[in-house]
Amino acid sequence: MTPEELRELAARRREELQEFKYRLNVCLAAGCQSCHGDSVYKALKAEVESRKLEGVQVRGVGCLSLCAEGPLVQVEPDNLLYQRVRAEDAPELIESMYGKPLKRLACPTDAPFFAAQKQIVLENSGRIDPESLEDYLAADGYEGLMRALTEMTPAEVIAEMTTSGLRGRGGGGFPTGLKWSTVAKSKGAKKFVICNGDEGDPGAFMDRSVLESDPHRVIEGMIIAGYAVGASHGYAYIRAEYPLAVKRIQNAIKQATKVGLLGEGICGTGFGFTIEVRLGAGAFVCGEETALIASIEGKRGQPRPRPPFPAESGLWGYPTLINNVETFANVPPILRNGGAWFAGMGTEKSKGTKVFALAGRVKNTGLIEVPMGITLRKIIFDIGGGIPDGKKFKAVQTGGPSGGCIPEEHLDMPVDYDSLAKVGSIMGSGGMIVMDETSCMVDVAKYFMEFCKSESCGKCVPCRAGTDQMHGLLSKICAGEATMDDLALLEHLCEVVKNTSLCGLGQTAPNPVLSTLRYFRHEYLAHIQEKRCPAGVCKIKAAAEVHA
Amino acid sequence: MPPIPKKVDPPSADKRWRMVDNTMRKHGYRPDALIESLHTMQECFGYLEEPGLRYVAQALRLPLSKVYGVATFYHFFTLKPKGRHTCVVCMGTACYIKGAQNILDEIEHKYGVKPGETTKDDALSVLTARCIGSCGLAAAVVVDGAIAGKVSAKQTLDLIEKAVAS
Amino acid sequence: MSDAPHILTLKIDDQDVSAVEGQTILAVARENGIAVPTLCFLKGLSPVGACRLCLVEIKGVPKLLPACVTRAAEGMEVTTDSPRLREYRRTILELLFAERNHVCSICVSNNNCELQSLARAQGLTHVRVPYRHPRLGVDATHSRFSADHNRCILCARCVRVCDEIEGAHTWDIMGRGIDCRVITDMNQPWGQSDTCTSCGKCVHVCPTGTLTEKGVAAAEMKKRQQFLPYLTAMREERE
Repeated sequence: MTPEELRELAARRREELQEFKYRLNVCLAAGCQSCHGDSVYKALKAEVESRKLEGVQVRGVGCLSLCAEGPLVQVEPDNLLYQRVRAEDAPELIESMYGKPLKRLACPTDAPFFAAQKQIVLENSGRIDPESLEDYLAADGYEGLMRALTEMTPAEVIAEMTTSGLRGRGGGGFPTGLKWSTVAKSKGAKKFVICNGDEGDPGAFMDRSVLESDPHRVIEGMIIAGYAVGASHGYAYIRAEYPLAVKRIQNAIKQATKVGLLGEGICGTGFGFTIEVRLGAGAFVCGEETALIASIEGKRGQPRPRPPFPAESGLWGYPTLINNVETFANVPPILRNGGAWFAGMGTEKSKGTKVFALAGRVKNTGLIEVPMGITLRKIIFDIGGGIPDGKKFKAVQTGGPSGGCIPEEHLDMPVDYDSLAKVGSIMGSGGMIVMDETSCMVDVAKYFMEFCKSESCGKCVPCRAGTDQMHGLLSKICAGEATMDDLALLEHLCEVVKNTSLCGLGQTAPNPVLSTLRYFRHEYLAHIQEKRCPAGVCKIKAAAEVHA
Repeated sequence: MPPIPKKVDPPSADKRWRMVDNTMRKHGYRPDALIESLHTMQECFGYLEEPGLRYVAQALRLPLSKVYGVATFYHFFTLKPKGRHTCVVCMGTACYIKGAQNILDEIEHKYGVKPGETTKDDALSVLTARCIGSCGLAAAVVVDGAIAGKVSAKQTLDLIEKAVAS
Repeated sequence: MSDAPHILTLKIDDQDVSAVEGQTILAVARENGIAVPTLCFLKGLSPVGACRLCLVEIKGVPKLLPACVTRAAEGMEVTTDSPRLREYRRTILELLFAERNHVCSICVSNNNCELQSLARAQGLTHVRVPYRHPRLGVDATHSRFSADHNRCILCARCVRVCDEIEGAHTWDIMGRGIDCRVITDMNQPWGQSDTCTSCGKCVHVCPTGTLTEKGVAAAEMKKRQQFLPYLTAMREERE
């Protein structure tokens, strides 16, 4: 289809949408599905049909953000949000559309949880049907691509990305414009674009939600990237543990291909691009670029030393661009609104917004998108609503197994790549786990080391054997059986593994230990010297039993 | 030396092998079809059995040891058949700090199986996942494919009991 | 542009050296008599950079880089030996000794073992990390060779020589992380392997007493690796 035809399709859908006076958007993302959002959807649909209501649409949508209070239903045109809706509530909810809002289930949308957010990546989440191309088009979808293909040269697209200041959202924070221009300059008979959707941080679901709620956005980002770097084929590498995300991206690829947004001669231009889905198979290390490439090639997901970087020699030796889901999801609005618009948000070195999966010991768990530079305190206490059950805040963990635990004293620090690194953590992909006084920081360090040990690919010695030894030492500390010499050895191994491991997994595996040692050393000492766990998590045998 | 077969036949007349062959054909029997083919095999049969691995190795012209190396590298793949019912306990960070370990302990206490094991009567397999992405609803478990959020150990045991009785 | 090889100059351990473009730091160092410890590296096999013993410091580069795969560059200043590097190398060797069951005194490769001689060269006198004592078996099913997994350091030389030189790809690695193990075919006994040609190349490239010939007593197994540069040279000539 030509851009004109696509825009016509969009206009027609907008008209169709206006035909409905009322609309019920039922969240069918994974969170709400797991508390029976689908039965709410069916009940509402049945209710509308049995009452033969006209001008009422019941629509399944993606994530409505506040997972903690699901299932969520949003009612248009008044934009009322209802929480903890059950199938039995359907009749009352329908009647409320014609009368007064249903107070019993109302979710206050003026609360800081919603008011303090700024949505770019999630702009369509919960507002469109993720399985409808027309819905995405009606929300200005593929406008960025059309602008790129019909008004810009590849070099201009890259320049726009550079102006935006977007940095990789997978964790490393590498400038996206620079990465694209490196791949564009590399010489190769073929080039590839890979979307990393193997969300590995065990405590994060940003990518899952974007893929489930707005899959076309990721596809649009990938096509634009392909045009900019000169690639004609892309791979979307998605975790097999996310069946709904896989289904939605496959459906979106099919739809886009049908209208000529994928394939030969996209939008009537000479540019062609195709996308294939590849399933991850449960290996955290495949978040590392060279391991991800090995996995797409059908091999064991083991990283190789860099250089050469994938930008020069990647998939099957060809120049390859790898970005993660959230990075690609930022591309369409940047092309639509311009790089300068994007650079107007955030801090000097970290532009735009960041999506976080807020979870753990915090009242409002869910998926949030905030401008870079917001403080951790604002995220946890305003958006998150603070710690439940009158407990006291202890630490917030960012960056998953590669990140660290940040204590109270740093809560007023702005959230950006550099500030987080300064306090011993990393931005990471967006997992944010709040911990209160009931969490033992040594136990948390042990948990992450257990994770790294079982996810280590086994290729290089320091990571393979070092994570196992560090896990052993942490277990010893948790059991109250360690000495100060064990602690010294642990710190030494942290240094060696960090500096000698082959890839990012090993190089960052000691971070959770180092950051908890930095801020919560007293907890380690309590386990070692007093044989007690201050949080009461670790099972330490009484001294008498040990000596008996 | 094993003879080089002209035509690679599936291990049995089971129709599900056609699905596996479809996946391999879709990828032109190229070596990079390996992981996709293993996914199909596991989806069809529930696990990866040795004759199937040999079949895929031959069809894609890959060394046997390489196929076995890949199949055992990725934790999503299993070489052992699962029980009639499964309970996956999410061990993501959010679930861990909300008591996932306790859930596993209670399951082990009641059914005598550790993660990765199946009860003697083949009724229940207990598995762990590194994260199922339902962190907003920690702790989460998946019983026979259905996700349940904000569960306690007791609720999990009830869910399993219901599944096993069905 | 001419086809003449581009010559670079750089410094290794304060010594001025020259290199042909594309040469690795390790190759240049060895040409100039500078010893860099290696374990997974073996000339004639593709380098994997896995043992991390050949890590070197490069001025201006924050990370340590493996000499076996890092290419020499004009004006580079490389340090192959420093207190920090020595300490890291010792720790890596300790991790290897503690990982499996390396009992030198009863090993057929005693005094002919690359792990042992590296430990001596690095002045390793004791192991600080706890021994793991895994229970691993010995595969003696092959008529001429045996594989003792207690002594394997997972350098993957056997995997590479079998794949790259012999072309059989009998060996590979199964599992992940600390549970990795070298296997033949479908993790079946070596003697029952369908693909092994019994050429013995894996035995001779194995740096420890893992893959050995049968019937040799303690300290008697001497490995002959001369075939590798010979085969590589002969093949290059043919091409």
